[in-house]
Amino acid sequence: MSDAQTPNTGVMRIVDCPGTNSSEAGKSSACQGCPSQIFCASGAAAGPDPAIQEIKEKMKMVKHKILVLSGKGGVGKSTFSAHLVHGLAEDETKQVALLDIDICGPSIPKMMGLEGEQVHQSGSGWSPVYVDDNLAVMSIGFLLNSPDDAVIWRGPKKNGMIKQFLRDVDWGELDYLIIDTPPGTSDEHLSIVQYLRAAQIDGAVVITTPQEVSLQDVRKEINFCHKVKLPIIGVVENMSGFICPKCKTESQIFPPTTGGAEKMCQDLNITLLGKVPLDPQIGKSCDKGKSFLSEVPDSLAATSYRKIIQRIQEYCDMHLYHEGINA
Amino acid sequence: MEERKENNNLAGVRHIILVLSGKGGVGKSTVSTELVLALRHAGKKVGILDVDFCGPSIPRMLNAQDKDVHQCDSGWVPVFVDQEKSISLMSIGFLLEKPDDAVVWRGPKKNALIKQFVNDVAWGELDFLFIDTPPGTSDEHISTVDALRTCKPFGAILVTTPQAVSVGDVRRELTFCKKTGLRVIGIIENMSGFVCPHCSECTNIFSKGGGEELAKHAGVPFLGCVPLDPQLSQSLEQGRDFMQEFPQSAAFPAISKIVVQLLEASSSSNS
Ligand SMILES: Nc1ncnc2c1ncn2[C@@H]1O[C@H](COP(=O)(O)OP(=O)(O)OP(=O)(O)O)[C@@H](O)[C@H]1O
Ligand SMILES: Nc1ncnc2c1ncn2[C@@H]1O[C@H](COP(=O)(O)OP(=O)(O)OP(=O)(O)O)[C@@H](O)[C@H]1O
Ligand SMILES: [Mg+2]
Ligand SMILES: [Mg+2]
Ligand SMILES: [Zn+2]
Repeated sequence: MSDAQTPNTGVMRIVDCPGTNSSEAGKSSACQGCPSQIFCASGAAAGPDPAIQEIKEKMKMVKHKILVLSGKGGVGKSTFSAHLVHGLAEDETKQVALLDIDICGPSIPKMMGLEGEQVHQSGSGWSPVYVDDNLAVMSIGFLLNSPDDAVIWRGPKKNGMIKQFLRDVDWGELDYLIIDTPPGTSDEHLSIVQYLRAAQIDGAVVITTPQEVSLQDVRKEINFCHKVKLPIIGVVENMSGFICPKCKTESQIFPPTTGGAEKMCQDLNITLLGKVPLDPQIGKSCDKGKSFLSEVPDSLAATSYRKIIQRIQEYCDMHLYHEGINA
Repeated sequence: MEERKENNNLAGVRHIILVLSGKGGVGKSTVSTELVLALRHAGKKVGILDVDFCGPSIPRMLNAQDKDVHQCDSGWVPVFVDQEKSISLMSIGFLLEKPDDAVVWRGPKKNALIKQFVNDVAWGELDFLFIDTPPGTSDEHISTVDALRTCKPFGAILVTTPQAVSVGDVRRELTFCKKTGLRVIGIIENMSGFVCPHCSECTNIFSKGGGEELAKHAGVPFLGCVPLDPQLSQSLEQGRDFMQEFPQSAAFPAISKIVVQLLEASSSSNS
């Protein structure tokens, strides 16, 4: 049973998984020895999970669904997600929600100032936790007993949780549902895309930092998006330079040695939504569970966040417009 | 009999160390890379097994991106970084057709490859084998610890950055270690403060002290603070040997101190 194979050259190569919807599923040489081969070959993986239909019904109440993704860890996905919802919810007429599907490392409760909060069950499902009347949050962090609780779960259990978050949470009518993800291209990512396929995702915002160590993983994430036909709204370059508060000189702590996100976006023909500099106040606001946008509104980073949020809103409005035409 | 055969390839490895963190991007791969370089300079034979399948960083950080893995009688030959073959590596990065290929795998597939990585790589004789992991407490971590059960890993090094958001995730990783019976060698606080190269002002971009506090709170050794150091990130970008080229740089003494503690811990365990 071998995923890696030795062609005649003696060099080991991974033959890529053709994907569960492909006609090659379960039959390609990559599938030999894959523990999922039976599902794939039988077509069971592509077959309809009744939850997908239920989720589609539920999501009819949600106008816009956006994923926040990155191949790389710690680039600021959760920080960006948190500020995106804060920014969107400043318009009191909009209903906004944030769903955290980082099952093993949920940061959202702390960043939103909701540590220790719990989820309650009502007749219409699980009630999310509210930051404001128009800003709801759901995370596995609300289901744990103590901050030391580890969620030591393999894929299927994580997938089950994500399904429940989508199907059983009583979000009500929403203008925006923002979904924060863990790094990578694995169970959580496949599941969220699969479960929301019928309900349609507006697109993904991809977060990176300027250095190649990060970009090389982000290119993989972009390939993943193409593979699962997830539109990319654009890329945010975070931690982009640091201005010393004393001498005002800029240092490239994470140097863009291969041209940063700008060059990558040009090469791959995707939108660069903007750059956010390193600012010590961002981490502080996150640790306090406050919005950096209202704590330090005049900073360079806050201005940059706002511009990016506005571009995402514009994208969504366009998207809705197009859907209206197609319908 | 079967058990012994399974782990034959690890029989010559004296200390197996997992590098873990609940949090992403805190410097797990950086720590694995620099410790291996420093131990090589201390005359040790070392290896890294990279079980981060979706985001393998080790090949680039050690300037080995274009190398291939070959097969031999006793299994897979790891990639050697240097001529003397004192650093050996195994990573999914070496197995991909194109570097940007996404490895879109659910748990079971990852678990199968981890078994192969643990059992089939012919490491030969090594003083230290580091296992670089992705963030979290999921398939990769459970499977690695399972696969290593019979060969008693030396322990785990936990990496965190100072701020509360990161420390919170590392608390959960400590619970993982406790539950799986993995000894915690110690905690490293990385990206701890930045000294401006122009005016020497120190800014705590990601706060300060969270890792040390956590170590105290959890009653595990604290191995030290590594500052943010642009020469370190630059070296990793280009796959250069920071421990050889930048002894004057801010992160150097901190990493050296960690290596001394590691050598002490490992020699006392030998006696
Ligand atoms: N522009 C910034 N300036 C300073 N600190 C930042 C910035 N962006 C994020 N941070 C800090 O960096 C850390 C990592 O950010 P965050 O947790 O959002 O990353 P992530 O991509 O969600 O990580 P993970 O992969 O673990 O989910 C946090 O402590 C956050 O406060
Ligand atoms: N002390 C430091 N000073 C400057 N840059 C650093 C330092 N430590 C790590 N970095 C840089 O930060 C980035 C993240 O580090 P690294 O990739 O090692 O984290 P990781 O924990 O392995 O991330 P992942 O969770 O994605 O595997 C890298 O570009 C690395 O070069
Ligand atoms: Mg996160
Ligand atoms: Mg890593
Ligand atoms: Zn300065």
